Amino acid sequence: MTHSISLPSYLEQSPEVRERFDRLKQRDVLLEIKNLTKTFESNDGTITALDNVSFRARRREFISVIGPSGCGKSTFIRILAGLEYPSSGEVRLDDEEVSGPCPNRGMVFQGYTLFPWLTVKRNVMFGMNMAGHGGTETESQAMQWIDLVGLSKFANAYPNQLSGGMKQRVAIARALANQPRILLMDEPFGALDAQTRAQMQSYLLQIWKNVDITILFITHDLEEAIYLADRILVLKAHPGEVQEVIEVPVPRPRSPEQFILPEFLATKRRLEELIHPKNEYESQELPIIRMTPIGDDVE
Amino acid sequence: MSINNQWLAIRKPLSAKRRLFLTLLSFLLPLSIWSAVSYVDWLWHPMVEIQDKGDVSYFREGNLVKKDIFREENATLIASGGNPAVGVPANPIYLPAPHEVVTAFYTSFTTPPKRRNEPWLHESLIHSVQVIFWGFTLSSLIGVPLGILCGAYSFFSRLHEPFIEFFRYLPAPAFGALSVAVLGIHDAPKIAIIFIGTFFQQVLVISNTTRKLDVSLIEAAQTLGAKKTKLLTKVVVPGILPDLYKDMRILLGWAWTYLIVAEIVGTSTGITWFINQQGKYRIYENVYAAIIMIGIIGLASDLFLAWLGKHLFPWTGRKQSKLSVFFSRLFGPVNQTVFDEK
Ligand SMILES: Nc1ncnc2c1ncn2[C@@H]1O[C@H](COP(=O)(O)OP(=O)(O)OP(=O)(O)O)[C@@H](O)[C@H]1O
Ligand SMILES: [Mg+2]
Repeated sequence: MTHSISLPSYLEQSPEVRERFDRLKQRDVLLEIKNLTKTFESNDGTITALDNVSFRARRREFISVIGPSGCGKSTFIRILAGLEYPSSGEVRLDDEEVSGPCPNRGMVFQGYTLFPWLTVKRNVMFGMNMAGHGGTETESQAMQWIDLVGLSKFANAYPNQLSGGMKQRVAIARALANQPRILLMDEPFGALDAQTRAQMQSYLLQIWKNVDITILFITHDLEEAIYLADRILVLKAHPGEVQEVIEVPVPRPRSPEQFILPEFLATKRRLEELIHPKNEYESQELPIIRMTPIGDDVE
Repeated sequence: MSINNQWLAIRKPLSAKRRLFLTLLSFLLPLSIWSAVSYVDWLWHPMVEIQDKGDVSYFREGNLVKKDIFREENATLIASGGNPAVGVPANPIYLPAPHEVVTAFYTSFTTPPKRRNEPWLHESLIHSVQVIFWGFTLSSLIGVPLGILCGAYSFFSRLHEPFIEFFRYLPAPAFGALSVAVLGIHDAPKIAIIFIGTFFQQVLVISNTTRKLDVSLIEAAQTLGAKKTKLLTKVVVPGILPDLYKDMRILLGWAWTYLIVAEIVGTSTGITWFINQQGKYRIYENVYAAIIMIGIIGLASDLFLAWLGKHLFPWTGRKQSKLSVFFSRLFGPVNQTVFDEK
């Protein structure tokens, strides 16, 4: 027996939320993705990872991308970063076509990609060094970013002396130090434990508030997607297509208490419907196996 | 019961005490076998050292004869009423006892060479080390950059690796005659043999190490604006450095194994010359001492390099030693200013 709890529609927005989205829509389009298709050739034939994906992100928006495993989320963000090339379609940033990696699109990966041979400070300075800057001014700039992620005590530590959460904070500082137009994040907190992950989410919102940056954030955690985003881009698997773009009806500023707000739960239920249409186990009778002579039933 | 109490447990570490004990044992075991064979009379000892030659005309005092010949001669003497020879059991001359070899460690250095123009032992050793050094250095000067290029770019990998893969199966000593013909009879052909023995392996080993570098580090660097040569010098090279260093230690060990072959190319020199010379004079304890010296130099230099490596790459360990901080200051591009933490 499952009980259904009545919730408002995820499409219902309070006046303040609606006003916020109205204002958002006035902003310029920062990132425009037009008819993006990506196919991979493999031994079993052609895999269509992305099929005709179109999307626009506005300046200073926080976008979550969510979808079942293998739906092409990573492929999508890698194309945006310029690490992969689309089979057809195009990506425009500030109305200029994107081709190849460039520091105006910062990226934070799921795995830890700090350079292990550089201290925290030199990791953060890496981008600026590549751009030909150096010296004490660059160094103090780097320290600002390290301050922002709360790691000034660890400026001279090597990455292997840091915990997973700290590493990802440095990775964020390192990407931001290049002053990118957009920050691309591919399941950046996927490898962290639940507690650290919750902490990092709050950190990220704080950073996003303090730094004027647009963020595109991939996750497979529904609550994370809702908690962080203005809009959620829901992808469908095989082939990867846009299923829906959801405007999150949860007001800002966000806080963990909002996880039990009706509009939060309504959005979560909608995402569940889209991503896991039906639960396999509920629809079929499972066999009953007794391990003791007297069955010890729960229900 | 979290401590591992078993001596034999698959893939479980032993305590520090047990490790030390077993390390000592690994050397003591062969040494005790050698000692037993040398000092226990009834173990092996196939010869007899003559102490009194009795009436056997061709025996000499202090000489070694085979046991059965000794018995035969004495039997015929006793039958004819002569004076039997007296002797003690001994091992063949090519197996000196441990203490003789230990003494030889000292005396082989203090004994002047037989002829005026011949080198002392330490000069021979230095000569050997020089041959290794130059062979290995020349090989590394080309092999390391080439290996990194092959590992980083498919272009260089395809262009060079198939041929190198073929060439490394050609045994280095086979090039002895050729290298003498081309390079003369001095050290050059010897260095060439070390070079040939090292170089081809080096390129392949290092290109493999380079390929093992996590691709996401390169991608991260690209999104941060690193391009082409910078990507190579600022990401690939520092990224593989600790593994490259380990490879070099192993390769240096291989270079040593080519030493003896290299030193008999052209004119015999170095430690090989010393060993052959002592063999000719039948001073086998010096031969053993010299062979063990090669082992000691090899092992000691490797242990030293391992120790140095721990301090050269402070980011591979969790703790930072004073020496590693010193190195990172010495080689680091930015001086480590300590920031005010407020
Ligand atoms: N280099 C490649 N060669 C061939 N197929 C690939 C390649 N990269 C990705 N794919 C395929 O494309 C599809 C999308 O992969 P992608 O990694 O983008 O999915 P994802 O949504 O990020 O998955 P996950 O949730 O597991 O991270 C998958 O079916 C995958 O097998
Ligand atoms: Mg992925």
